[in-house]
Amino acid sequence: MKRILAALGLLAIVSTALWAADMMSVQVSEGELRARAGFTSPVVTNVVYGDQVEILRDYRGWYQVKTDDRQSGWIHGSALTDKRIVLSSSGDVATGASSDEVALAGKGFNAEIEAEYKSQTSLDFSWVDRMQTWGISTEDLISFLDKGELEEVAE
Amino acid sequence: MKKLIPAIVLLVLLFPSCESLGEIGNFGADLAAAGGYISQDQADAIGSAADSLEKAFETLSPEQEYYLGRTVAATIMDTYPPIDDPAANSYLNELGQALALASDKPYTFNGYRFILLDSDEINAFATPGGFILVTRGMLECAPDEGALAAVLAHEIAHVQLEHGIKAIKSSRWTDAITKTAIAGVSMTDAEVAEVTQSFSGSITDITNTLVVSGYSRDQERQADEAAAVILARVGYDPADIILMLEEMNARWDPDGAGFADTHPSPEDRIRKVRKTVDELPSPESRNLPVRDARYAAALGGI
Repeated sequence: MKRILAALGLLAIVSTALWAADMMSVQVSEGELRARAGFTSPVVTNVVYGDQVEILRDYRGWYQVKTDDRQSGWIHGSALTDKRIVLSSSGDVATGASSDEVALAGKGFNAEIEAEYKSQTSLDFSWVDRMQTWGISTEDLISFLDKGELEEVAE
Repeated sequence: MKKLIPAIVLLVLLFPSCESLGEIGNFGADLAAAGGYISQDQADAIGSAADSLEKAFETLSPEQEYYLGRTVAATIMDTYPPIDDPAANSYLNELGQALALASDKPYTFNGYRFILLDSDEINAFATPGGFILVTRGMLECAPDEGALAAVLAHEIAHVQLEHGIKAIKSSRWTDAITKTAIAGVSMTDAEVAEVTQSFSGSITDITNTLVVSGYSRDQERQADEAAAVILARVGYDPADIILMLEEMNARWDPDGAGFADTHPSPEDRIRKVRKTVDELPSPESRNLPVRDARYAAALGGI
């Protein structure tokens, strides 16, 4: 029994190491892979929450990664996590999802909890929803920086 | 030794609700090393695994931070109504996005968003997940784009440093983490009720800190220093944060509402951030006509 436990413990540590070696997950709802390591570099392809990518190399906080369909590009490390993100559509995988190497997308504080809180408090989310639509495109960002003689720092 | 390692692993696994799993693992491993059962390297490896487990129980995902942030932002906007000016808010989001991308945390789950609030109070708020809210009173303190950039950079720094999440009280934190760890995506009605209660408590903690009690002096110092770094990276003068603090100091009323209630005095903050500012490069010119023109065009009517 004790040997089995020890083996299980070791297995958990080893599997984490194997996963962490060259795979990461996208931890933002929508992300872009870019041609070079920089926010104003052209977008090669898009990735979404939970996508698993293979790490090819890293440079100053950016990672060159490869997707399942063999497209490669650069993405900032803050959009990635070492954890394997499991999407809820893959079935009931709640058990064990709190471990260090696996995260279950959509668990805990989520849209359902927000809706429940909203029904209890009648809090108005319309401005928050409007704000969410105010994303800035790469073109507008470049224009803002250029006109103001500012720089985009790829760090 | 063979008996001791599984015993420690078991000890760690059996106490998932304990506040400090890492301490148990480290303590057990150190004890074993001291007794000569295992080498110090092995002890360190076990301690490290225990720290990882502790981290797992203490971490909210960016997705969960986003949902906390949405409700905190909605709660603040319930008291401080937003200014419905598309041109002004669009400019604020362009400036904010340029700064956020130069921070150490350029991406949050759904991105940074910025909005002006229709209030005379001199104040600004940043929620987990990156909703940043700035009052008209604060805007009126900012003489130009660089000074407003300093305000936004300071708020972005609070997000980067996760100060909002750290405002959740430790007792609530343990409760929230335990409940969200247990609950899956398909929650029973009882689980929804329990997690909502934790959610509600966390919202209260964060909102109270932002609006009533404020962050610690040390957290404000950290945010000021990180803001100076962000300003310099984009090409603004890092001294803009001192300029902004001087403007706020001129309007400082220690008994007033808003930032006077929740922040250390601007004089104190200027003293602390000056060293960081002095060590950063300054651009050759800080008052560019093009920046002044777009600042006036977007915000002149507010």
